[in-house]
Amino acid sequence: MSETVSGPVFAILAFACIGGAIGMLSARNTIHAALWLSEVMLAVAGLYLLLSAEYLAVVQVLIYASAMSVVVLFIIMLTLREREGPVRMADFSIGGGILAGLTGVILYMALADRGDRISAMPVEPSGTAALGELLFGRWTLPLEVAALILLVSLVAAVWWSREVDS
Amino acid sequence: MSGLIWGAIYGLAAGMVISLAAFIGVWGERKIAGRIQLRYGPQELGPFGLLQTGADTLKLLLKEDITPAAVDVRIFRVAPLIVFAPAAMSLAVIPYAYGFAPIDTGVGVLFFVAVPAISVVGVLLAGWSSRNTYATLGGLRAAAQMISYELPRTLSVLPVVLLAGSMRPLDIMDAWQWWWIPLTFIGFIVYFIASLAEINRVPFDLPEAEAELVAGPFADYSGIRWAIFAMAEYGGLVAASLFGAAVFFGGYLGVPGALGVIVFVLKALVIALLMLWVSWTFPRMRPDQLMATAWKVLTPMALIQLVLVGAVISWL
Repeated sequence: MSETVSGPVFAILAFACIGGAIGMLSARNTIHAALWLSEVMLAVAGLYLLLSAEYLAVVQVLIYASAMSVVVLFIIMLTLREREGPVRMADFSIGGGILAGLTGVILYMALADRGDRISAMPVEPSGTAALGELLFGRWTLPLEVAALILLVSLVAAVWWSREVDS
Repeated sequence: MSGLIWGAIYGLAAGMVISLAAFIGVWGERKIAGRIQLRYGPQELGPFGLLQTGADTLKLLLKEDITPAAVDVRIFRVAPLIVFAPAAMSLAVIPYAYGFAPIDTGVGVLFFVAVPAISVVGVLLAGWSSRNTYATLGGLRAAAQMISYELPRTLSVLPVVLLAGSMRPLDIMDAWQWWWIPLTFIGFIVYFIASLAEINRVPFDLPEAEAELVAGPFADYSGIRWAIFAMAEYGGLVAASLFGAAVFFGGYLGVPGALGVIVFVLKALVIALLMLWVSWTFPRMRPDQLMATAWKVLTPMALIQLVLVGAVISWL
């Protein structure tokens, strides 16, 4: 890690990240779990900020942290029909363990084999304009395809929720 | 480490600014509301009733901090802070004077529209954790409303970003020209209405709706915690009018030094007065009207404004 990243701040954010993730996994109440997840999202935004990726940090807040309200909405809509506490079961079955283990192995393999590790921080962080040029220059097609998929799903959502007259 | 200390100092300062704004704002709003409705407003305590807010603040602080038995205690207690903190943070990116914004960042405009979005989570959680139907309904309404109005609000600021070619507020101020006012006027109207909705003021105060929802998400809050919600609303009002005055009306430009800051605050005050005026003139909307306004009126208006500015830029 380069010298530009402040140690104590990183420690706090990393602790918040991992602690929030553990909190989310151990929370039995689904709304508490959603709240922990949003805490993790905010801490990750803080990590981005620490790396001078301001645009990424703010977008992380805009899209992930504030979209937690949508997650909470879904929890209330889908699971709180009865006024019981929204408690979920703890799953200690063998199948769940195997699934978790496999995910861990795949993640490790994906991360361990990466040869192009970043050895040093760039001197000057590239700004939002550079990111925009990259998105609308080299990656125009994937961007437009993603936008089209979102548009199609939006139209589909409107179609699903339309008022039926007859 | 010094960054953390500065952050703490800034947070304290923002909290004090919002408290002061709420202190004067509550008095001013009552006076203005009184005049609009052919009443006098507060006039007993102090000259022009100026000390009325002081008495109210004292009352709120001394009230018992009630936590009802059935609530989800931890979330119930922390929800006011989740609503308040983003309102205070959004004050940080506003350009107050030549070359000065407390947080001078290249994504300031995006920061200003993104960070208040967190307070939606707070309002929703306040409603849910109260464990009563009125509060939960109010929270759900607030979430639907604030998420819908975020889109036109974000779109309405984009034309200025396009014109300036930067999302850094100080760059926008440097590039600002007087003819942006007529050019981005539709954008300002969209920004104005969407901001009113974002801070839940009267034509858009469906989440609270005393008559139907007995104050919605805030129904079970009392004393200081309720006051924090009210202060967050004033903080949102202050931030929205300051940012609008800076981005759409040139803020401190043209006037040098400290006088510029005063001019900037006066411009923001005019916008804030307009917001109060609207609040005390129009009745509350229905939920379907609210959604129709956001999606069928404001969003297309903002898009038209964006296309207009795009055409002008290519012609320049």
